[in-house]
Amino acid sequence: MWRGFSMRVVSAFLIGLLFGLGLVVSQMINPAKVIGFLDIAGDWDPTLLVVMAAALATTFLGYRLVLKRGKPVLDASFRLPTNTVIDRPLLIGAGLFGVGWAMAGLCPGPAISAAAVGGPAPWIFVAAMACGMQGQRLIRP
Amino acid sequence: MVEFTPLSGAVGGFVIGLAAVLFMAVNGRVAGISGILAGVLTPVRGDWAWRAAFMAGLFAAPLAFWLATSEKPQVVFDHPLWLVALGGVLVGFGARLGGGCTSGHGVCGMARLSRRSIAATATFMATAMISVFVLHHLAGF
Repeated sequence: MWRGFSMRVVSAFLIGLLFGLGLVVSQMINPAKVIGFLDIAGDWDPTLLVVMAAALATTFLGYRLVLKRGKPVLDASFRLPTNTVIDRPLLIGAGLFGVGWAMAGLCPGPAISAAAVGGPAPWIFVAAMACGMQGQRLIRP
Repeated sequence: MVEFTPLSGAVGGFVIGLAAVLFMAVNGRVAGISGILAGVLTPVRGDWAWRAAFMAGLFAAPLAFWLATSEKPQVVFDHPLWLVALGGVLVGFGARLGGGCTSGHGVCGMARLSRRSIAATATFMATAMISVFVLHHLAGF
């Protein structure tokens, strides 16, 4: 039990590291790159589209292979989201998320990575994001 | 301004996808960063350490890249700090209300062909592009 638990923590660290390396190599931790993609009326930089397409294609194919197996290596079953309803919280939440993404040029994953090398601004973003997350729990616990 | 970097974008995107697939194969979970982070901020016994470890991996990634290549990853903000902070609040609030962010909905959910994730991704892409247009071309930020 303890062994399974600690292996799960080690694998989460290593996979988080790999995920972060992907963000770094693709420069998605740089807000200027993200804004350059979102600014379709300006000097448009389609890099984010390439990153997303490559990540999606890899995940789509990889998930097909992985989910055919009965269970993951370190747990009893796969934990997949089961909700399929497109409701108001989903659309309002995603809408607000997009506005915030545009204001800062950061989303949650890149923000954590950017905090390591990006001076105080990513830390301010992460602190504000934590407040936003906790604030959401107050209105919809 | 920023340049289109399709090659590093494709490599980075592949690595992000690989991490998402490995996380499903080994830990049996969707690699949704906002959901993982929310569980760090609001700990549940026995369900905290792996989340914190994933965040530590994300944080370590740019430092590992910097050590390995002697090239410091760029993090450039063109926006004032108050806008970054406000963006952070909206990203945190919106990601939780909408049940995911760029990674959970945009990569993992879309790769599962989830209707919710496709709707969420289309929504936040649209509001982000509109917001950047308003901020850059109308408001002058």
